[in-house]
Amino acid sequence: MKKTILLIVALVATMLLAACGPQFAPTSDPDAGQARKKLVLMSHDSFAVSEDVITQFEQETNITVEFLLAGDAGAALNKACLSKGNPLGDVFFGVDNTFLSRAINCGIFEPYRSPALDSVPSELYLDPAFGLLPVDFGYVNLNYDRRWFDEQGLAVPGRLEDLIKPAYKGLLVVENPATSSPGLAFLLTTIAHFGEDGDYSYLDFWRDLRANGVLITDGWSEAYFGHFTVGSGGEGDRPLVVSYATSPPADVFYSESSKSEPDSGNISPADGTFRQIEFVGILKGTEQREAAEELVDFMLSRAFQEDIPLQMFVYPANGEAALPDLFTRFAEVPVEPVDIDAGAIEANRERWIEAWTETVLR
Amino acid sequence: MSAQLARARSLIYLLPLAFLLIFYFYPLASILGMSLAPDGQLDLGALFDMIFSPYVGRALWFTTWQALASTALTLLLGMPAAYVFARYAFPGKSLIRALTTIPFVIPTVVAATAFTTLLGPRGFINEWLMTAFGLPEPPVSLLYTVWIILLVHAFYNATVVVRIVGGFWANLDPRMSEAAAVLGANRWRVMWEITFPLLMPAIVAASLLVFLFCFTSFGVVLILGGPRYATLEVEIYRQAVNFFNLPLAAVLSLVQLGFTFIVMVVYTRIQARASIPLNMRPQSSTARRPANWRQWLVVGVVNTLLLIVVMIPLLALAVRSVTLGDGPPTLRYYQALTENPTQDIFFVAPIQAIRNSLLIAFVVVVISLALGLISAYLLAGPDRKDSRLVGWLDPLFLLPLGTSAVTLGFGYIIALDEPPLDLRTSLLLVPIAHTLIAMPFVVRSVLPALRGLNPRLREGAAVLGASPTRVLREIDLPIIGRALLVAAVFAFTVSMGEFGATLLIYRPEFPTMSVAIYRALGQPGMLNYGRALAMSTVLMLVCAVGLLFIERFRIGDIGEF
Repeated sequence: MKKTILLIVALVATMLLAACGPQFAPTSDPDAGQARKKLVLMSHDSFAVSEDVITQFEQETNITVEFLLAGDAGAALNKACLSKGNPLGDVFFGVDNTFLSRAINCGIFEPYRSPALDSVPSELYLDPAFGLLPVDFGYVNLNYDRRWFDEQGLAVPGRLEDLIKPAYKGLLVVENPATSSPGLAFLLTTIAHFGEDGDYSYLDFWRDLRANGVLITDGWSEAYFGHFTVGSGGEGDRPLVVSYATSPPADVFYSESSKSEPDSGNISPADGTFRQIEFVGILKGTEQREAAEELVDFMLSRAFQEDIPLQMFVYPANGEAALPDLFTRFAEVPVEPVDIDAGAIEANRERWIEAWTETVLR
Repeated sequence: MSAQLARARSLIYLLPLAFLLIFYFYPLASILGMSLAPDGQLDLGALFDMIFSPYVGRALWFTTWQALASTALTLLLGMPAAYVFARYAFPGKSLIRALTTIPFVIPTVVAATAFTTLLGPRGFINEWLMTAFGLPEPPVSLLYTVWIILLVHAFYNATVVVRIVGGFWANLDPRMSEAAAVLGANRWRVMWEITFPLLMPAIVAASLLVFLFCFTSFGVVLILGGPRYATLEVEIYRQAVNFFNLPLAAVLSLVQLGFTFIVMVVYTRIQARASIPLNMRPQSSTARRPANWRQWLVVGVVNTLLLIVVMIPLLALAVRSVTLGDGPPTLRYYQALTENPTQDIFFVAPIQAIRNSLLIAFVVVVISLALGLISAYLLAGPDRKDSRLVGWLDPLFLLPLGTSAVTLGFGYIIALDEPPLDLRTSLLLVPIAHTLIAMPFVVRSVLPALRGLNPRLREGAAVLGASPTRVLREIDLPIIGRALLVAAVFAFTVSMGEFGATLLIYRPEFPTMSVAIYRALGQPGMLNYGRALAMSTVLMLVCAVGLLFIERFRIGDIGEF
């Protein structure tokens, strides 16, 4: 018994000691002529990349990349802001335009005008100081169940205004903007489309949507897998969902029996979609500025950019990157996504979400 | 006792306190301080205005009443089961008990799928009712109501009552009730006047844990209750993550903590008073095979009820993992678990996820049992001298359960950022966070048994010349062995299932099963959904096996003394 207790105490003590010790073994490789540098790329949970693409970078540059996934996009950015001056990583990927102003206000990014930006359309740079560089973008729009609408002989809604017609009663599921990024994007779309005041404001639209039986879920996966008829494998009860323009190609790519056509389709009315741009930046306080620049350049290069679509199901920012066949065939690029300023989003987010909550939920 | 030994003993007692101080109070104080007084200046007026605002009041009100109602419902479901498990031996008992513990490890997103499969508008029950009675509309619509919140809370927490009350009950000497019956008391009178008072410490302990779990409920309220209902925990997340309004998030955290602390002070006072030294009996001598058809009926009805509430949703999930899609039943999604078509660098091979989850759970069981047992001795052991100190210490050990995962996660970022404590990106943070949640369960499971321990047994042994360690080994451990086993079960399940804190601090190179489920649910496509369902089923199986293994593992000679 004494031994057991001693063992337990020793274990706990070891844990505590280990906890206090250095976190990483020295990474320098004595065999290599020159020490390998180690970079930490901090990102959100949805970050994904092919193994061989990263290996290629590591071989070319003598830099080892470690990843730190720090929760959803909002939580990861907040952690970066909290660790200002003593950063958790060297490079941060995954600030999007709904969080852009918060990121800039935090002052956690070092300006870097990568030469690779020359291949990126200038409309995607939203940070004039180049603290944050665009890496990818996607569109939040409506997805519909093609078979369901066929069988019902119902026309697909062509505009946001259609969603409040009796024919579409009880068909739509939307994510809560307070807890979900596509939910927020859709709320912003309606604000840009209907405006805050006037005869028919975005709140009027939401009031009508509510009367027309819109269903609100907390996050994307509950909406898509839990309620959308396509995503749930027939169990759901909603043939219309707020999702991404690239969800149909993903539907084919991740189909169980390699189907050739998606069961879902895009509805991308003019002035009725939102473009989400994701940015990368070098964190202030990094001791690896040069290596960090190399990683940022690499993330904008064709090798990484062409890997993006099938990993994260968004579009590469680099205009020279080739798109996979699936994207060109099944994802619709919306003509005119709504235009809404990142500063206005940060300044009004809380107020808009509160007003929305009052109107739709209470 | 020599002075040296006494010093060693107080050093051991300091271990759990040091653990809480470093990994709980310090990070928490840092984040609260930074949020409320960024310039070192605390604006009390503004603070009070926020605390007493109608917004906070509304959230607190809903949080409290739903937690109370959920606890009541959980007791209603759990108590008969605790009785049946404590007093009867019947075939399949340990399997059924292991199965009822599984909900504890099911991530909310997956539980939501299970309940939607069962109770949703196109769910199994509605489809059946519509065909059977020719109804045009689905008759059951529980989704996004407060009813489903209560039901799912009972589904998750029934096991707390079954395990803590049932475990304690099993060791109660049945002869006292038998004597009362012989003296002419009827069954109900025995129940009310003998059994309940003796069980009170365990019932109160279980109720408190259930209450706290429901009080800080995040996923269940968010996902199944729908966005209309918000607990304090949900509001903290919204304020901290979506609005980056750290001061308001801190105020909400303080309200949640303060309320938790008050509840716990009241509880620990009642608890310490309610416990009576008892003559505990080994379980083997208290559980009997049902003797007649009426007892079999009781066992049958109670188990059926449990099966319906706890196991049918789990079963629905497992069935769904092979029947998803249009085709015939398939193991396709299980096969897909091992495939990485995109060569994603964060791909989680199922065997690796299982290994990581089990490894973390093992570490958590060891640390939380060790620290929890020391804490329980500190609170109620024979060395306890100052009961006023205990009155304050006891609630402190429970406090981590009342803390929001986001608040603490952010606290780690700003507090543990300098050597020797730069743990912000350490692999160890996950087991540490799990231990913080598991420790209250360990302490709560062990305390009623430890307090019920008859001091005369110990004194007798000591008089007869037994050393303190021998007393511990031969008197204490056999008697609290059952409670330790219960504690181990909780530590294991808390770790296997924990989700919120894990996502905030996990390292991608060490993914667990719940991380794998979460990643699959983040991508569209049938294959990903199927993968999440398959991985959830694997998680259930691994847990069931782990729980059965723990049940077989005897501590001391429990059962045979």
